[in-house]
Amino acid sequence: MRYIPSTDHDRDAMLQAIGATSVEALFATVPESMRLRRPLRIPPALAEADLVRLVQGLAGQNADAESWSSFLGAGCYNHFSPAVIHHLVSRGEFLTAYTPYQPEISQGTLQALYEYQTLVCLLTGMDVSNASMYEGASATAEAILMAHRITGRRGVAVARSIHPEYRQVAQTYANQAGLRIAEIPVGESGTVEPAQAASAVSEETACLVVQYPNFFGGIEELEALAETAHRAGALFIVCVAEPVALGLLRSPGECGADIVTGEGQGLGTGMNYGGPALGFFATRERHVRHLPGRLVGETVDQEGRTGYVLTLATREQHIRREKATSNICTSQSLIALMATIYLASLGPRGLAELARRNLLMADFARRQLGKVAGVEPRFTGATFNEFVLRMKRPPARVLAQLRKKRILGGLDLGRFYPEYADCLLVCVTEQHRREEIEALTAALGGVR
Amino acid sequence: MSDPRTTVGTSGLIFNEPLLFEQGSPGRVGFSLPPCEVPDKPASALLPAGLLRRDLSGLPELSEVDVVRHFTRMSQWNFGIDLGFYPLGSCTMKYNPRINEDLVRLKGFAQAHPYQPDELAQGALQLLWELERYLADILGMDRVSLQPAAGAHGELLGVMMIRAYHQARGNPRSKILIPESAHGTNPASSALCGYRVIPVKSGPRGVVEPEAVAALMDEDVAAIMLTNPNTLGLFEEHVVDIAEIVHAKGGQVYSDGANLNAIMGITRPGDWGADVIHVNLHKTFSQPHGGGGPGAGPVGVKRHLAPFLPVPTVEKQKGGEGFLLDADRPKSVGKVRAFSSSFGVMVRAYCYIRSLGPDGLKRAAEMAVLNANYLRSRLADSYQLAYDRPCMHEAVFSDAKQLPHGVKTLDIAKRLMDYGFHPPTIYFPLIVPGALMIEPTETESKETLDQFVDAMLAIAKEAETEPETVTSAPHKAKLRRLDETRAARQPVLRWRAKPGS
Repeated sequence: MRYIPSTDHDRDAMLQAIGATSVEALFATVPESMRLRRPLRIPPALAEADLVRLVQGLAGQNADAESWSSFLGAGCYNHFSPAVIHHLVSRGEFLTAYTPYQPEISQGTLQALYEYQTLVCLLTGMDVSNASMYEGASATAEAILMAHRITGRRGVAVARSIHPEYRQVAQTYANQAGLRIAEIPVGESGTVEPAQAASAVSEETACLVVQYPNFFGGIEELEALAETAHRAGALFIVCVAEPVALGLLRSPGECGADIVTGEGQGLGTGMNYGGPALGFFATRERHVRHLPGRLVGETVDQEGRTGYVLTLATREQHIRREKATSNICTSQSLIALMATIYLASLGPRGLAELARRNLLMADFARRQLGKVAGVEPRFTGATFNEFVLRMKRPPARVLAQLRKKRILGGLDLGRFYPEYADCLLVCVTEQHRREEIEALTAALGGVR
Repeated sequence: MSDPRTTVGTSGLIFNEPLLFEQGSPGRVGFSLPPCEVPDKPASALLPAGLLRRDLSGLPELSEVDVVRHFTRMSQWNFGIDLGFYPLGSCTMKYNPRINEDLVRLKGFAQAHPYQPDELAQGALQLLWELERYLADILGMDRVSLQPAAGAHGELLGVMMIRAYHQARGNPRSKILIPESAHGTNPASSALCGYRVIPVKSGPRGVVEPEAVAALMDEDVAAIMLTNPNTLGLFEEHVVDIAEIVHAKGGQVYSDGANLNAIMGITRPGDWGADVIHVNLHKTFSQPHGGGGPGAGPVGVKRHLAPFLPVPTVEKQKGGEGFLLDADRPKSVGKVRAFSSSFGVMVRAYCYIRSLGPDGLKRAAEMAVLNANYLRSRLADSYQLAYDRPCMHEAVFSDAKQLPHGVKTLDIAKRLMDYGFHPPTIYFPLIVPGALMIEPTETESKETLDQFVDAMLAIAKEAETEPETVTSAPHKAKLRRLDETRAARQPVLRWRAKPGS
């Protein structure tokens, strides 16, 4: 076996040193009755070349955004990933290290995570960020639990314009903690109306949660919503599923957010059929001891040189056990590193230009597609790189016809929203060429 | 003092590298966009001015070469499995096959969207379907959810399903039994689901005794969470009796599979009575640890818990050849993450299992146990064993023999760095004072183990003859010991621009 170096000779020498007669004898504490008496039901070992052939065959059965013209977004975005990201994170020193428990020989990971924390703070306009979490939906659920811990309240108001799977995850976590979730409806602008939000928030509300830009691409009125939450003594949580938008939009921190969570997948990490992803989580200085997850802090070594360590561990499960702020153990370090490299490469100008390009491409597409007979914008409000179209013909039928032209036309919203069963969610990024948008327009025009 | 001619640890040309934010020059950029093919307009022509951000100040302005050097230099301050032996107990730091890194980047995986129609994701779905079956057979379980993003996430899901199961029978119950040797995630996950944690003491042999469980077990106990092999590296030999005691009162047996590497193909948690188990794909199934994630923590369950699995599951089409994502599970606990899994991690685990096959997996477990016993046996004279009996995949020692010389576990750990090794896990499990938990894994050769033993023996000798060399270590790392107290007392958790700059 190519990953196991021991030869029979080594094995015998080791057994002799131990004073054991056989490898089998080392398992003497496993009672006979509990032994598996047959080989595992797994196909025989493959040589590397055969593995490559097999797995290439599997990968080849999937549509990919290079061979297909895809307008799917909905929480997983197709952005270009510069080659340096893949090369740098492939370095074994980053790839094959673990959680930096021993800071003297882990400064690479630690400094990178400190830089990541800073970048998240700069993007979100917040004071502190943790060193990353699993992904956006569970990070948002953890934010709701944190708001409950801080306020002691059990009510949660969430906008219906939040990603449906994020709401489902929030509900799953809330069920365990005995929290009650109320939904705020979506208005004709494609965002929640602050007046509707106000009636969903009371003295029993721990937090008000919105997505920015929201699931429909719309841009919520954060300042008014923050005021609504704060008037009732609730925390205001803003979740960002498409972080590229923050290159253009005012930061949630500037608009009064108390916690900003989100999904960092859009920052150069690729789509990967939905994961691994990158949850980010930032808050105000005063809440730092309530944060879930790992934190990296600056300090000095014995000789006074600056260095970084994992810190404030007294919040965490390995110290606090059942009294910890969360059960979270590790983070998504390597994906956080990818996002750090991505943002370092783009810088302020690159990110602003990229965000503007997304806006321009999506705006162009929205105008073109809106001209097609039987297709119209569903909402009136401004959008970033996604928008909703109402179709005269059933979206499922439209999408099936587009597939024949190797186009993935977007998401059939009926899957999540019965009230928008006639709608399609379309995403356009810098990865699309104008001719793809024109081809989609023509194909939509030809749908029967 | 170590012999510089034979010690692998040395010091080389290591660069200092300032933070990203302290570098660069206005106007520099390491990224390019294709020409704009649509009418170019300022953002303010499309969005109300009040929504637009004024600046992104603080973000660094660097060229591509600046970025490459920055991160390459920083990478050289890290220790990883690729560099050497990394016997971090309970973390199973085995070699991470490189071919898996290539395969995960195939465009049919890397550029697939989670919402593309099932008929255009058949390869991905087949991979997930088969991986579920492989894991189910390794674990002796009926179904496996691939959704959780980490071991702790899997625990949380497992406890949620146990709670939903009891709830469906009328009473969620209020307590969970957890041995004191367990990982901290066990009690933390239980608490998140509203359970009160009842600690169970280990017996004199380092394992949980059935009597201890029987004394605590009643009809208000929802489950016991048992790590097997446990964090002392010992097989919980009474697990069948314990499972019977818990089942007799209607409780569930949660098996923490963190240490599955020791038993693959040898014995199966499902056959001992486990109802739920999570496994860590980043430990046993070679997903690279990445500096602390991403990992994944699939959860296996017995048939009676399958109705509560999170959605979607991957199913075979009825009467057809194809695969589909199925969200129709009315009793499901819901979802613990968006989309269906950390798919890239699943690809690597699948590739690993297919590369080893049934014999290779069993051999991996055997060699992991052999290597651990070899270290146990060779170090037993110089370091105090927590339990002097054959171990499974890891051996737990303590600093009891070094403490009289003023040398403690932390010092031994730091000194190992000078010899070119990553230290073992230290001060865990909590029930062994000054614990040194050593897990070699199967991917280390006898020569490497011998070098490590030589280093440990040299340190034991140094502890007697020149303890200050040990207590002042590391001497060769980029930095000396760091002031963790200061970091916690005066937290500085991010860079900030200096006033006036």
